[in-house]
Amino acid sequence: MLRSHRLAVSVAAVSLVLLAACAPPSDDGEESTTESGVSAAEATSVEDFGGMEGLVQAAEEEGELNVIALPRDWANYGELIDTFSEKYDIEVNEDQPTAASQDEINAANDLAGTDRAPDVFDLGQSVALANTDMFAPYKVATFDEIPDQYKDPNGAWANDYGGYMSIGYDSAKVPDVTSVSDLLDPAYKGSVALNGDPTQAGAAFSGVMMAAIANGGSADDIAPGVDFFGDLKKAGNFLPVDPDSATIESGQTPVVIDWDYLGAAAAKNVSTWKTVVPEEAVVAGYYFQAINADAPHPAAARLWQEFLYSDEGQNLWLKGGARPVRGDAMAEAGTIDQALWDALPEVGGEPVIPTNEQTEKAATYLAENWSQVIS
Amino acid sequence: MAVTEVTTPAPVAGTPPAPGAGLKIAVGSYVPLLPFFGFLLIFLIVPTVTVVVSAVQDGEGGFTLGNVRALTSDAAVNALWNSIILSGSTAIIGAVLGGLLSYLVVSLGPRSVIRRTAVSVCGVLAQFGGVTLAFAFISLLGFSGVLTEALRSWPGIDIWGSGWLFGLPGLIVVYCYFQIPLMVIVFTPALEGLRPQWREAATNLGATTAQYWRMVGFPLLTPAFLGSMLLLFANAFAAYATAAVLVSQGNPISPLFIRSALTSEILLGQRNLGFALALQMVVVVAIVMGAYALLLRRTARWMR
Amino acid sequence: MTSTRGFRIARGVGLTLFAAYFMVPLLSMLDFSTRARGDEGRTFDAWRTLVENEDLREAIIASLLLAVLTVALMVVLLVPTMIWVRLRVPRVSRLVEFLCLLPLTIPALVIVVGISGVYAWVDYLIGDSALTLTFAYVVLVLPYAYRSIDSALSAIDVFTLAEAARSLGASWLTVIARIVLPNIMTGVLSAAFIAVALVLGEFTFASLLHFDTMPVALVQISKTDAKASVAGALASIILITLLLMVLSLLHRDRVTRTPGQES
Repeated sequence: MLRSHRLAVSVAAVSLVLLAACAPPSDDGEESTTESGVSAAEATSVEDFGGMEGLVQAAEEEGELNVIALPRDWANYGELIDTFSEKYDIEVNEDQPTAASQDEINAANDLAGTDRAPDVFDLGQSVALANTDMFAPYKVATFDEIPDQYKDPNGAWANDYGGYMSIGYDSAKVPDVTSVSDLLDPAYKGSVALNGDPTQAGAAFSGVMMAAIANGGSADDIAPGVDFFGDLKKAGNFLPVDPDSATIESGQTPVVIDWDYLGAAAAKNVSTWKTVVPEEAVVAGYYFQAINADAPHPAAARLWQEFLYSDEGQNLWLKGGARPVRGDAMAEAGTIDQALWDALPEVGGEPVIPTNEQTEKAATYLAENWSQVIS
Repeated sequence: MAVTEVTTPAPVAGTPPAPGAGLKIAVGSYVPLLPFFGFLLIFLIVPTVTVVVSAVQDGEGGFTLGNVRALTSDAAVNALWNSIILSGSTAIIGAVLGGLLSYLVVSLGPRSVIRRTAVSVCGVLAQFGGVTLAFAFISLLGFSGVLTEALRSWPGIDIWGSGWLFGLPGLIVVYCYFQIPLMVIVFTPALEGLRPQWREAATNLGATTAQYWRMVGFPLLTPAFLGSMLLLFANAFAAYATAAVLVSQGNPISPLFIRSALTSEILLGQRNLGFALALQMVVVVAIVMGAYALLLRRTARWMR
Repeated sequence: MTSTRGFRIARGVGLTLFAAYFMVPLLSMLDFSTRARGDEGRTFDAWRTLVENEDLREAIIASLLLAVLTVALMVVLLVPTMIWVRLRVPRVSRLVEFLCLLPLTIPALVIVVGISGVYAWVDYLIGDSALTLTFAYVVLVLPYAYRSIDSALSAIDVFTLAEAARSLGASWLTVIARIVLPNIMTGVLSAAFIAVALVLGEFTFASLLHFDTMPVALVQISKTDAKASVAGALASIILITLLLMVLSLLHRDRVTRTPGQES
């Protein structure tokens, strides 16, 4: 009796598993069309909406925009979001401000077909390049002003702002830092924090890359960087805490390896905060802006892109200490905020931006070696 | 699913059932059970079978042992080893301290108010895992925790160090907080099973306290003690929430490795590695729980 | 066991030390969450955030609703099934017991790893509200609920009660709901209590399936407002302790009633 019970259960289970393996029919969602019958989800430029007014109208009809992983004090995103929201009467839903790049993709996958899925992504390099099939191609009005190496020729993604990997520190708590290897000094015991996990977050990835270059590695060889953090951990200097404005202000993370523009934000709260880009390892990084192909609010997503790449949006990023991708073109045209542009710190040395292949190779190495070194 | 079996219908008060009626009785009785079995099938059996099946699947659905082989990679073995250390150490500490606490509590006698309060408090604390526990210890031992600041200001001792709370040592300290109460709950019945008559009989035969414990008490309690310790081991091994909240850098233990395998899609096939890791977890826990069940049966023999 | 004076003192000291060990983290949560900036006195700002912060408030409400729904579904699913098994199909009781205790051996993390396919269907058929976690939570609660209700059922004579009721013409629904259920109320209540404690603290399923319940929201807010998250955690402990006290009061009520008064 029990045997046929078990048999029946296992047969039913296996068949149900096969059934569950076929995903349920996906919800295509309502097609957001404008009055002229344009499908917003397929629009590839503002002309498809019949011009800017058409886009604004379609976006305001949708009324909402879902953004994810945008801390308000990251490159002045707070002001960007508020300005957009007021200018276009669109409510911006800010989800998970502290999430990492990988979390954005996961949210898009897990919430696919629902109203809560993210509309737009702002991703680090490795995560962006691994997920380009999730992006909807769209070329903003100012697309041609973006240098070629900072955009996808089909418009699937474009870099939005960038900076250099830096070491930020509270000069009142720890001695001055001039190079990466200084951090192994006992004076920095329990002080050095990395912004995230390098297999998940772009900032942490570039941080390890910076350590690699400073220790004899290169964009092709991230192993010395992993070893450096291993040494840091053994010396007791590595702090396994994710830094943010709260930890910086409270003094929990006196030394932070992070983008230079985030150091600028930290300096607002801690007057003794200094940011240093080590000369022997200049790692530049741009973030990647893209539209979710399954965005629940496709018109609003495209309007957001237009806003970000407009002069106003780019200048707001500059205000946050980041380098906007159209910076050079705007400086020539005189539309850049000259005072802020000049105030950006000088950076010595040759900046390194890893290519796609180098990033993938490094990501593979990290996946296999990072966690046991740091645990 | 029970439609096929009609071999021996339930005996109905001595009267042999009519041949045709047997089928009706059998089917009719099982129908009301369908909601329950159906529910369990969908929400328990299917996920478990999915894990087992997907662990030997690759990205496209073909059979592969690659994921299982990946379990032997440095990173996975390191995580497994740390998990074993964490579970083993908290099981031992929890068993010893919890056993001691059980003994103190049981010795108060069955009518004592303190005892009943202690047992119900332990019931709450044993469930008290995850987020609340992590925050409790962060508020106590974290960077700006109550104890950290107190020790920092007066004797000037720094217990924050390099953030040990957010790594394996921290997990060991925090896990004990729910392992000890769990031990109390699981072990107290065994202690209660030690009849006072045996103590009296031993004393009558001239045994000292030490001799009683050495020759009667401990041998009788050992299976229950070991079994409870195994239960604590399985409990710590499978625990996820507390570690997920405390640890943000690296994957020191297996459950966190599963988390990053599930959420990291930079490399194809990582998701299926997550399934393999989950399968590994089920196997370990099943073995431990099987041993626990065996020891429980031994204890039950003399507890009746 | 005769307790010598020395033993009693040692026991008192031991119990006090243990009590201190368990109380200290709880007290530190209270201290931490009521600290004002710059160490100046106490403030309940962090506690007020629990109610004022919209995301937190919604998450707390979602968790409370989940607790209620889980208890309801557990009672509706488990109690009739167990009564039916006892009365009509005792052969299946071993299987039911095995299945109910299975979640103890299959870690929650493993179930959630394999359940995303199932939840894709649930999302399609019912929607993506956090309340769909009810199904998963009932599975998690099953072992504890089964034990509670099983021991309650063993303590009464279900057969006689059911036969008597049936012979008086009661339907099965009446037998279950109005005859047996009131008599096993203690077991059901303690199962309910454990269910509430479990749901309010459950993090694994909610976070890996991306639902915003109270524990998930508390972790999110801990990155910006550590005090509020600690306040929220302490609030849930207080709530559970209050429930425990209510439960033990009810239990004492039933125990002191004489058998003749049982309905």
